[in-house]
Amino acid sequence: MGFFEKLKQGLTKTRDDFNNKLSQVFSLGRKIDEEFYEDLEETLIQADVGVQTAVELTERLREIEKKEHIREAEPLRQALQTEIVKIIKGSVDGENKNRFLLKGGRLNIILVVGVNGAGKTTTIGKMAAYYHSIGHKVLLAAADTFRAAAIEQLCMWGERAGVDVIRQSSGSDPGAVVFDACQAAASRGSNILIVDTAGRLQNKTNLMEELRKINRIIEREAPQANVEVLLVLDAGTGQNAISQAKLFGEVVPLSGIILTKLDGTAKGGVVIGIANELNLPVKMIGVGEGIDDLREFVAADFAAALFAGDNEEASNYEVVRED
Amino acid sequence: MAVFSSLADKLQETFKKLTGKGKLTESDINEAMRTVRMALLEADVSYKVVKDFVATVKERALGADILGSLTPGQQVIKIVQEELTALMGSEQARINMQTKPPTIVMMAGLQGSGKTTSAAKLAQLFKKQHHKRPLLVAGDIYRPAAIKQLEVLGEQTGIPVFSLGDKVSPVEIARQGVEHAMANGNDLVLIDTAGRLHIDEALMQELKDIKATVEPHEILLVVDAMAGQDAVKVAETFNAELEIDGLVLTKMDGDTRGGAALSAKAVTGKPIKFVGMGEKLDAMEPFYPDRMASRILGMGDVLTLIEKVQAEVDDQKAKELEDKMRTSTFTLDDFLDQMAQLRKMGGMKDMLAMIPGIGKQIRDLEIDEREIGKVEAIVLSMTPAERQNPSILNASRKQRVARGSGVQVQQVNRLLKQFEDTKKMMKKLTDSGMLKPERIHKPRNKKGKGKKGGKSGGNRNSMGSMFSKLLGR
Repeated sequence: MGFFEKLKQGLTKTRDDFNNKLSQVFSLGRKIDEEFYEDLEETLIQADVGVQTAVELTERLREIEKKEHIREAEPLRQALQTEIVKIIKGSVDGENKNRFLLKGGRLNIILVVGVNGAGKTTTIGKMAAYYHSIGHKVLLAAADTFRAAAIEQLCMWGERAGVDVIRQSSGSDPGAVVFDACQAAASRGSNILIVDTAGRLQNKTNLMEELRKINRIIEREAPQANVEVLLVLDAGTGQNAISQAKLFGEVVPLSGIILTKLDGTAKGGVVIGIANELNLPVKMIGVGEGIDDLREFVAADFAAALFAGDNEEASNYEVVRED
Repeated sequence: MAVFSSLADKLQETFKKLTGKGKLTESDINEAMRTVRMALLEADVSYKVVKDFVATVKERALGADILGSLTPGQQVIKIVQEELTALMGSEQARINMQTKPPTIVMMAGLQGSGKTTSAAKLAQLFKKQHHKRPLLVAGDIYRPAAIKQLEVLGEQTGIPVFSLGDKVSPVEIARQGVEHAMANGNDLVLIDTAGRLHIDEALMQELKDIKATVEPHEILLVVDAMAGQDAVKVAETFNAELEIDGLVLTKMDGDTRGGAALSAKAVTGKPIKFVGMGEKLDAMEPFYPDRMASRILGMGDVLTLIEKVQAEVDDQKAKELEDKMRTSTFTLDDFLDQMAQLRKMGGMKDMLAMIPGIGKQIRDLEIDEREIGKVEAIVLSMTPAERQNPSILNASRKQRVARGSGVQVQQVNRLLKQFEDTKKMMKKLTDSGMLKPERIHKPRNKKGKGKKGGKSGGNRNSMGSMFSKLLGR
């Protein structure tokens, strides 16, 4: 199954829901009036696009309607799609920003952070398997020393992926684990070190300080390394996602987001809100529980998959690809 | 513990506008309802629930003939509070304990919602407070190390865990787990299950099979308080497939507005029974709808505070402290004691957030628990004589203390200054009669801190500033 097919399948729920509701809003012969915009706003909010972004999108459509004297629903639907794609891509160079780039010739450290239950450990397992499979020398650091059996969980993923895990006993200092891992990565000549951290709610000051310390140790012990700090976000999260990105961003230099559990929710819409309000690129998405269900996020593909009807996927995909 | 904080702030702001007004027009009410609507939506309450809620409030507000009333704002607030409470369930719901043991509880929910942790916390809660003999059953055979996680939690809480490894079907594990409980005299069985998507038919069928096999008395759906609009569908689907009995709301100690709680309750009609309030294994509380409604409206959570004080404060010590405060013989040792007691009750910030009125200010005031640790270190580096009588601390003694506690001499000086200020403030408080026993009407409000839960609103600010002072802010 190709990437697009898989993505489309993973997003079935999101797409069906979102599309069905949008079809209702933009149904043929629909009058463009206040009620129409209210329905649209409601649909967007229900897709977890976020109140702010939903209001903004609706406003933009109003402007477009006035400027271009649009009287029918269909062209507005096109306009909405264009606006959403714009948001997801961020800017003209948005597509590059989304790409997760490993730097050659030196150690790449990926620090994975997030709240409890977002899916950090599982994501790391999938990442490790992927990078290992395409020939990278991957090392994992089990710096979630707090949650019961988190270390064991990571080790099991390490085994599945065929990747070594640097660990200490449960309850030990996560900073010490990271220190060890940096040393080990250097001496073994690994080129990717992925650091698992304990889930923490972003308003817990001392836990956030611990994270700051972990980051400091990485900066000190591996000054030459290319460091990516990725926030793992559950796609089912509501408006709290904004607070998560903001507060985590205050203690560590976030470079992007991994959006997990995107297969289950009807809420791919959260991607739009995040791109619009957080100014953080989505780098990867998790669309299933299998070891190969982590995907690089390609904004154009995502938008295409989100809007694709049942029969038009291939052509739509091509069109978007040519952009 | 900024539960629902943003929602509270927003509603309060709206109502401040209303409260300031002498008379309200219908458009004033519409304006207020718009704010309520947006605040609830931003708090992740489901769109449909918000619509219904606002409609009900508005109807009541208009019908109650409040337009001509002198305090229309307060009347609207009252209506909102009543409706919020009604929405969350009118009274506290409990686990339906069986007269013929064992009571069987099954946990269900999405991945990462907190089922395993909640199962262990519930087991601990019932063991401690209800003297149950729980058995945890490890039914998550899919996620790597999930069984191990439950085993570790069982070890930490001293609660037995039944497991058959990850090669046996969860249905069989559940069946044998219940048998095991019967044979071993466990009167409460908590079955942990794997996280699953509500749209995953195969895994939902598995839950139905477990249900049919062991006939649990309670099926609890574990819901992440940070969930968004989709929480409604998740709750609806799980309820339709399994007929759940109640909800467990997790991660409520975060800064989430927690609207998912309202939605899940509203669409399933099933009560929220427990709330996860932290990472520690005793951080699981029963859900009190009325308290939560007050909290949403920013009225503080005095009852929870009183209960915590009651549970943790040592009566004898409290009495001594009160005397000392009154006679101004409060020493640095007592200060240390008091801090330790406060700590037992949970984080300083958590405690302060429950006090009516100061919730909002405190949230912006970052209290670093480590600062408290530093204060402790400084005091502990003093000799007993110095703690009794800090005035003997001369420059060289202070330097020794600073070295001993790893801080600068300035910090030692600051602490001493703050201690003196606190003493003065306590003197003032006691002189003004606030701490006199007859003023403390609740017998359980034992010590100095007890007054926070008291009804006298006048001391809020002084308490607030006292804590800020203590922490050098």
